[in-house]
Amino acid sequence: MSRKTKIAVVGLGKMGLSHFSIVNAHPDVDCVACDATGFLIDVLGKNLPNTLYKSYDKMLAEETLDAVVIATPSRHHASMVRAALERGIHVFCEKPFCLDWREGDALASLAEEKGLIGQVGYHYRYVGAFKEMQKVLASGALGDIHHILAEAYGPVVLRPKRQTWRTQKAEGGGCLYDYAAHPLNLLNWVFGTPERVSGSHLNSIFSAGTDDEVLSTLKFPGGQLAQLSVNWSDESHRKMSTKISLIGTNGRMNVDRQECQIYLRKASDALPDYGAGWSVRYTTDLTEDPWFYLRGEEYSAQIADFVEAVAAGETRARENDFRSAAMTDQTIAMIVDDAGNPGTASVTPAPAVVAGKTEGGRGWRSLFGR
Amino acid sequence: MDRLLFGDNQFFGINHMSEEKARAQAMRFQSTDAIMAVLDAAYDAGIRTFMCTTHDRISEICEIVRNNPDRYPDFVFYPCMPYAHKYANAVTDLGMLGAITNFMPEDGFLRTALSGGKALAGRDIEGIAKVLIDAEMKMFRGLNTPVVFMQNVFTDLLLGMGYTRALKVFHDHVKEKYGAEPAFITMNMPMLFEALTKEGIENPIICSNINKIGFRMSGGHERYLETLRTGKLRAIAMSVYASGAIPPEEAIEWISELPNVQSIVFGASSRGNIVNTRDLVEKYMGAVGTSQAAQ
Repeated sequence: MSRKTKIAVVGLGKMGLSHFSIVNAHPDVDCVACDATGFLIDVLGKNLPNTLYKSYDKMLAEETLDAVVIATPSRHHASMVRAALERGIHVFCEKPFCLDWREGDALASLAEEKGLIGQVGYHYRYVGAFKEMQKVLASGALGDIHHILAEAYGPVVLRPKRQTWRTQKAEGGGCLYDYAAHPLNLLNWVFGTPERVSGSHLNSIFSAGTDDEVLSTLKFPGGQLAQLSVNWSDESHRKMSTKISLIGTNGRMNVDRQECQIYLRKASDALPDYGAGWSVRYTTDLTEDPWFYLRGEEYSAQIADFVEAVAAGETRARENDFRSAAMTDQTIAMIVDDAGNPGTASVTPAPAVVAGKTEGGRGWRSLFGR
Repeated sequence: MDRLLFGDNQFFGINHMSEEKARAQAMRFQSTDAIMAVLDAAYDAGIRTFMCTTHDRISEICEIVRNNPDRYPDFVFYPCMPYAHKYANAVTDLGMLGAITNFMPEDGFLRTALSGGKALAGRDIEGIAKVLIDAEMKMFRGLNTPVVFMQNVFTDLLLGMGYTRALKVFHDHVKEKYGAEPAFITMNMPMLFEALTKEGIENPIICSNINKIGFRMSGGHERYLETLRTGKLRAIAMSVYASGAIPPEEAIEWISELPNVQSIVFGASSRGNIVNTRDLVEKYMGAVGTSQAAQ
């Protein structure tokens, strides 16, 4: 019998604990873990047989690892990923990959040079409905796509709250990095890196240190135009809801986590399963059950791909490789730049004059502002 | 346990097929009266057990049932805890330790211990777990709660981590303090059954997806059926219609032929769907309630 793949899960926050549970449940994996804060390691150390570390460096020095799964705050990613790659260890890293996309690109080159798998946790690419979106777009059945709306909403920041790394822009917190990264990554998947980003706004609603909503317009090399609309202070959604709507010359597609709705003006030989008019595919039909389920099949599916690729001695990630994650980091950087340098086509609003009143009456700000 | 249990997903905007449908349901059930009207229809159709999360809204339902013993003499609650979103949000807001402290009683020893030092808290994680269970059970005081569930997100997180000792802590506390049957919801039934057996928990009550097409039966359809055939457990089947992918009669008939499936839990928003499910269960599995109340 071949030896089990040895994987360390690094960082046991909300996402890290889920990863630890999923990796540890994999029948072909021997799992260790590492977290810098003492409390969880103390509790788990008393109750689990796994070897647990408080120091990443000590763990790398003492363990013979095949791979690491890194789920620490984003600003730690680059140095931790580099340390692992330099030791010849495969890496799965949580998103967003690196706060400086050039660093992500350099890590992609390092992984490629060393023949190591570098994968990033953009799990939406493993959601059945979004996989179907990719397949449909690749078929060309929708004609030329010209109009895209990419949205994500959810209830993360609903009041002014305690400062954590998630609320610090410098640490990779904020709605752009945390939420918008997902729809952007889906757009990069099918349309590449945008050639131009304009009209970007990063607004704070409740957060002091970072953004709670993002609006932007992206133009892709193929001519497609996408509007990005993301807000993580939207309590009307029970949890994060991501939706991509696309209009092409032969129809329209609306995709979210649950379903893929497609309208074709004319049936297409390239997409024989869909006829003219509306068709709906549910994610329940489009997804295979994994060996273990926690919070959604897509989380297990991405880990399964990573584990299997490591065990099989592969040298490239099957999906979400470092290079593609760096592309998303670059897109994020373009939005940050654009938001900081607003375009010239703006006018300074004159004092509002409504029925003879000036400022202080029901002017534009009090009607539409916050 | 009754043959047919009524679930609460539909009241809280949870729908595995469509976000639009989920939103429409969330709008419809914004008022507790609307939820109560559906529960009344289920109760009057002979379905006496309400399997529910420990969502804040449920405490309002508890209050109504508590205040109307004549209307609901046989109403049974099966609480499912913890309400994961509540804790997940607290962890985001306050951090792991802060979240736990937040849910501790104001004046308790454990709160003092937690704020006093991490090491001490680390040693009494069992005590913390028991206090959290008690906090979740508060809304059900004075009501009939013969079975208490651990929610699947929590069960499966612990299961994957291999922290199965915590499942045993939950099991023992529910039994000892509430004289109730501990039970577990999971998306990984065969794996959970093995883990519970290793912890010495015999003939466990396990609620999991069981349906003809194998939708969300992780570990494989065949392994589920094998566990049902060979294991000693009291299974509750959920998602029997696989979110509408299986015609109701075909779904229930298939379930009725499986060994060790004692109950079905289902959600519905209309009297018609409630009565249809009840009639199908009666046709293939016998009376929906264990009490004579079923009509």
